Amino acid sequence: MLSRLKTMKKTTRSNLITFGIVIVFYLVVQILSGAGLTTRSFEGQLVPICAYVVLAISLNLTVGFLGELSLGHAGFMSVGAFSGVLLWTLVGDSLPAFVAIPLAFIVGGIVAGIFGVIVGVPVLRLSGDYLAIVTLAFGEIIKNIINALYLGVDENGVHFSLTDANSMGLSADGETLINGAMGITGIKKASTFTIGFVLILITLIVILNLINSRTGRAIMAIRDNEIAAQSVGINLTRFKLTAFVVSAVFAGFAGVLYGLNYSSLVASRFDYNTSIQILVFVVLGGIGSIRGSIIAAALLTVLPEVLRGLQDYRMLIYAIVLIVVMIFNQSPQIIAWRKRIIGRFSSKKGEPEKKEVA
Amino acid sequence: MQFLSYLISGISLGSVYALIALGYTMVYGIAKMLNFAHGDIIMIGSYVIFFAFGGFGWNPILSVVVSMVVCTILGTVIERVAYRPLREAPSLAVLITAIGVSYLLQQVAQLMWSPDPKSFQSIVAGAGLKPLELFGGKLTISAEAIVTIIACVVIMVALTAFVNHTVPGHAMLAVSEDRGAAQLMGVNVNATIALTFAIGSALAAVAGALLCSSYPTLSPTTGAMPGIKAFVAAVFGGIGSIPGAFLGGVLLGVIENLSKAYISTQLSDAIVFLVLIVVLVVKPTGLLGKKINVKV
Repeated sequence: MLSRLKTMKKTTRSNLITFGIVIVFYLVVQILSGAGLTTRSFEGQLVPICAYVVLAISLNLTVGFLGELSLGHAGFMSVGAFSGVLLWTLVGDSLPAFVAIPLAFIVGGIVAGIFGVIVGVPVLRLSGDYLAIVTLAFGEIIKNIINALYLGVDENGVHFSLTDANSMGLSADGETLINGAMGITGIKKASTFTIGFVLILITLIVILNLINSRTGRAIMAIRDNEIAAQSVGINLTRFKLTAFVVSAVFAGFAGVLYGLNYSSLVASRFDYNTSIQILVFVVLGGIGSIRGSIIAAALLTVLPEVLRGLQDYRMLIYAIVLIVVMIFNQSPQIIAWRKRIIGRFSSKKGEPEKKEVA
Repeated sequence: MQFLSYLISGISLGSVYALIALGYTMVYGIAKMLNFAHGDIIMIGSYVIFFAFGGFGWNPILSVVVSMVVCTILGTVIERVAYRPLREAPSLAVLITAIGVSYLLQQVAQLMWSPDPKSFQSIVAGAGLKPLELFGGKLTISAEAIVTIIACVVIMVALTAFVNHTVPGHAMLAVSEDRGAAQLMGVNVNATIALTFAIGSALAAVAGALLCSSYPTLSPTTGAMPGIKAFVAAVFGGIGSIPGAFLGGVLLGVIENLSKAYISTQLSDAIVFLVLIVVLVVKPTGLLGKKINVKV
């Protein structure tokens, strides 16, 4: 067994360690909570942790592997959450849970994916700062529209309106499903830590396999040099869109997980701040490192809960994390300075330079 | 008559966007970075005026000058500490740092002055200016709108003259054209970029004073949305172009106000952002921008 581990490819071994961390974390939490050693507030954090881990992994696909900054990740989470939860409120009572819950996830993922295509086709013609600001704009548009959306159903079918509840024209016994800025209320909670754990495993299997496939190598080639990638026959639009849409689909899954964890769902929960929060997880964990994203998302969600006094300073700390990590990792002078310091401690000369992932 | 009144308040809002957009467009043109924190400098400047004018009762013009000084110092310090170390780094790193700085300013403001909105006293009314009534009282133009539009035009003309007719202005043009060549010709690139940040931040202070006089609530997130919209305006007009920032800002302000009045208040932001997407997809260089060719 050990000898096999040694002869394994480096990426396979690294991926197995990532899976191992997730599984060990799940088991430890299950044993602790079985023994009654966890607090209620910690147990309340478990599902959000899983949702943020999935979000961080999926955003890392865009930022770390496609090399483009998306500031609208919360938008995809939002459409996924609303469509998944909507389906759950419609069929949750009539279908058994083991059918209805996966169905909610599938619907949430598909709708988020469709939005990924709608957003991705125009956006991916741009790059860099423009792409970032347009994804931000899309996130805001999605938030504004869902905030103004009224949706109801009666015997004549589905009604919707973008102005107020009365203009939907619902009949007296009709049911309002989405009530504008109030969102969806009275949701039967369905998310559990185990569902979250399974979702993380699925995310890891899909995204790690994608990265280590031909498609993944094409995506990284585009990141490293778009023109060179194009000149060897890589279809830029196709691979960029693949990465972007996969990222959106998993954000949608995470949204469903998150939405099914609370009794009400409002669009303003998925704003620019949420997108930034996910970005902080990716940056602190290391851009391009899936394992780092998982650890950072879990730690940064738990820490403010454990250290109550830090709650007020949470966002301040996030801001400082973004600035310090970037300057420390990316500034040419500081990279040179770090090399000098490391060089003083290690006697090895002429070590091959490690290239940082940009 | 009502339409005219919406139009004028739209132009006034647009003039504020134009002033903010100038800061974006100059920094983008010269340092090739999107200064996300620009909107939050506006917010800090507005708080300075809030305390100087509303709190200590200073002269309105003196308050604005103090706010400009504070913002200029803040802008140059941010540039020196956060952006200069990353000048040769990939643009993704710079962008994330800028987002971090923007967040930092908001959070510091929130911790220092609490997240509750404060009601801002109009400095224009404080200076003793009265609204203008036309057509026998049918059309009232607020003094804030008039001052904003005039200030914007004056600053725009002054800035164009500065860039085209002074040595530091020429240095800015040279750095935005080709940083390496400008350095070889003896232009102090770091000083020029710092000057750009200083001017942009001073204009942000003016924009903050005018914005909060017209829309008198002030909170730590006041600057964020106008900041992003001003960037939309800068892109709309063509990034790097001073007349473009003016045109884009005014058009965007008018679009926003008219859609608020005639389409939907809740969806007006969505419409503004839709403009950005349409512009970028149809004409990515903006209305007055130059085309940049990517070299291999």
